[in-house]
Amino acid sequence: MSPAPSVASKLYADDVSLLMVLVDTNPFFWGTAAANSSSLSFSSFLSHVLAFLNSIHLVNQLNHVVVIATGFNSCQCVYDSSETTNRISDDGLPAVYLKLLHNLEEFVNNDEKMCKNDFQTGLTSSLLSGSLSMALCYIQRVFRSGPLHPQPRILCIQGSPDGPEQYVAIMNSIFSAQRSMVPIDSCVIGAQHSAFLQQASYITGGVYLKPQHLDGLFQYLSMVLSFNDMTLILHEMQAFLFLCLAVWALTSTCSQMQTVFATDLHSRSVLQLPKPVGVDFRASCFCHKNTIDMGYICSVCLSIFCEHHKKCSTCGSVFGQPQADASKADRKRKAPGSPRHPRA
Amino acid sequence: MNNSKGKRSNGDEHEDEDDEEEDEANGGGLEAWERAYADERSWESLQEDESGLLRPIDNKATYHAQYRRRIRSTPSTARIQKGLIRYLYIVVDLSRAASEMDFKPSRMAVVAKNVEAFIREFFDQNPLSQLGLVFVKDGVAQCLTELGGSPDSHIKALMGKLECSGEASLQNALELVYGYLKQVPSYGHREVLILYSALSTCDPGDIMETIQQCKKSKIRCSVVGLSAEIFICKHLCQETGGLYSIALDESHLKELLLEHAPPPPAIAEFAIASLIKMGFPQRAAEGVVSICSCHKEPKVGGGYTCPRCKARVCELPTECCVCGLTLVSSPHLARSYHHLFPITLFSEVSPSYSSKQQQRIPKNCFGCQQSLLNPGNKPGLFVACPKCSQFFCLDCDIYIHESLHNCPGCESLRHSKPVIDAEE
Ligand SMILES: [Zn+2]
Ligand SMILES: [Zn+2]
Ligand SMILES: [Zn+2]
Ligand SMILES: [Zn+2]
Ligand SMILES: [Zn+2]
Ligand SMILES: [Zn+2]
Repeated sequence: MSPAPSVASKLYADDVSLLMVLVDTNPFFWGTAAANSSSLSFSSFLSHVLAFLNSIHLVNQLNHVVVIATGFNSCQCVYDSSETTNRISDDGLPAVYLKLLHNLEEFVNNDEKMCKNDFQTGLTSSLLSGSLSMALCYIQRVFRSGPLHPQPRILCIQGSPDGPEQYVAIMNSIFSAQRSMVPIDSCVIGAQHSAFLQQASYITGGVYLKPQHLDGLFQYLSMVLSFNDMTLILHEMQAFLFLCLAVWALTSTCSQMQTVFATDLHSRSVLQLPKPVGVDFRASCFCHKNTIDMGYICSVCLSIFCEHHKKCSTCGSVFGQPQADASKADRKRKAPGSPRHPRA
Repeated sequence: MNNSKGKRSNGDEHEDEDDEEEDEANGGGLEAWERAYADERSWESLQEDESGLLRPIDNKATYHAQYRRRIRSTPSTARIQKGLIRYLYIVVDLSRAASEMDFKPSRMAVVAKNVEAFIREFFDQNPLSQLGLVFVKDGVAQCLTELGGSPDSHIKALMGKLECSGEASLQNALELVYGYLKQVPSYGHREVLILYSALSTCDPGDIMETIQQCKKSKIRCSVVGLSAEIFICKHLCQETGGLYSIALDESHLKELLLEHAPPPPAIAEFAIASLIKMGFPQRAAEGVVSICSCHKEPKVGGGYTCPRCKARVCELPTECCVCGLTLVSSPHLARSYHHLFPITLFSEVSPSYSSKQQQRIPKNCFGCQQSLLNPGNKPGLFVACPKCSQFFCLDCDIYIHESLHNCPGCESLRHSKPVIDAEE
């Protein structure tokens, strides 16, 4: 599988972006984060997100931002910059952000209420497949709006672990994003890497980032500073200066996100972005929804199983029936666990 | 989980059938051709506005009706695509006859160009299958590439060796390919696709024996001819269950070749279903230097690590040269999964229904957030997912079923699954 062709190659309305921000509001993740003093609290995380949204509007007033909350039990669109008029005001928190915070709070409360009797299930993932699907539908609507539309991209800010039960739905979303040339950027703020988001960013040509700590921040800072290409157009220069300021101003993990994800697609092709750490291509088995790096594939429908079964539960094929006229050697080769491919 | 998935898809089929019946009832008394017109009588939807001017026709509803007809006309069984694992040798005739210029610029150039397109399409449609290339010239057959899963390496080899001379030998080609194909695992389908330019074959022995040998080993042989029909090719295809066709011009050749890209339905019966052990290697970070086990060379960046023995390989799919595990890219498999778990058809919500229960219906499409009300706050036509009961606009309906293959509503509900089970 090769990554998507350069996203910059598709022509869009020049440097106006449509940014779909998917924010993980999973109460289980933020609950454990609150218990751990070294990690970010939900409220300070939100203030970084707001500062980030503000920077997107400062880079270009025409930029269009939509925020979708990824919850544990539900997903909801909580903010759409096109629905509000006076977006930027320079004192304190603009009214639109108060509305965003209000919507978000309401959503988080409802979402939490729905999981009161779920503490035993052991599930801790959030519904990323739902918010990704919603974001893609929204982007299609912008595509339909006419030939000149902003350049869409998706940013997933994810803290919860992957939900293996969402594997097929997430892969479907990734392929649809790839076909529409929509890059999926990922910023993982949880303890573990996300195999889903690594694959999403790799396949769609987006950026995958898991910020380390302050030392990581300085790496990104110096990377941005080493960027002294004289072909910069004025607009990019402004964006660049703003980003440097933003990085200096906010010395927390989340401010890196602004440097990397606020750059528009054109700057990205010039700017040296963090190299991927590699891509975790593990899949989920259909039988137990375990994440596996080795498994059994049904030769008829390609379903993945983590252990040997007599019958495929997806397509109903029965495995390992000896063929009437198969030679002894043939049958031996077919023995489970030791398939051989030809090497003539 | 699997069981419940199975149950769900059974449930889907039921709902589909119910929909179908409903449809029959609606179109009751109309012949199929009449119904087609009923959907497209767009002149009837012309309306005048207050000042007497014609309003633009609402194309959206027409387009949506066409989409629904299309999706219903696909039987639910056809939606499950069989991901058969095929082992195919392409035999290219590079005898003197291939230099003829009835195809422009020459048969050979046209064949090479179209085989390239075929190879790419083949791997797109058959993710785990393998393919090899054989040339026939000067009366002998030579293997150009062994069976493998990388389109680029086959295409590179094909383009590098394009010269033609001498006679063609059908028997030598079949003998060579038979030797390779008899070793493939029994779950694989053995196929040969021959692009034959010559009008004769120069064989060392009895070709009829070779043909019987292929038939016995279930090797399906197909021939695409570039000149006239010849008896021996026709006989070969008939005996082994393949297709024989003659290309009239370049676009016809392309069409005939691409017919072989999807797995042939007839051989699905031959399939011995099998569970194949496979690994999903991790892709290494850029800039890391390591020695690959396939070429025994140091490589910078890229590359994949075998999950069983940690050996490094350069490309996928392949077989680990250290421990023998079949290594594939899992997204490659996942591309076909939407065929396995198709999403339910959404049901149309008519404006009259929605005006009665307007309180219950949200103003916006659950997918794209667009208003579901027409200008003037009249409710328009929209659809609802029978599982999660969310409402969608017609554009999202089409996008969700034709490209996304997820229902955003169902995916945004942790409890959608148990609820469905309780309803059934
Ligand atoms: Zn399992
Ligand atoms: Zn199966
Ligand atoms: Zn190698
Ligand atoms: Zn290995
Ligand atoms: Zn919609
Ligand atoms: Zn639904």
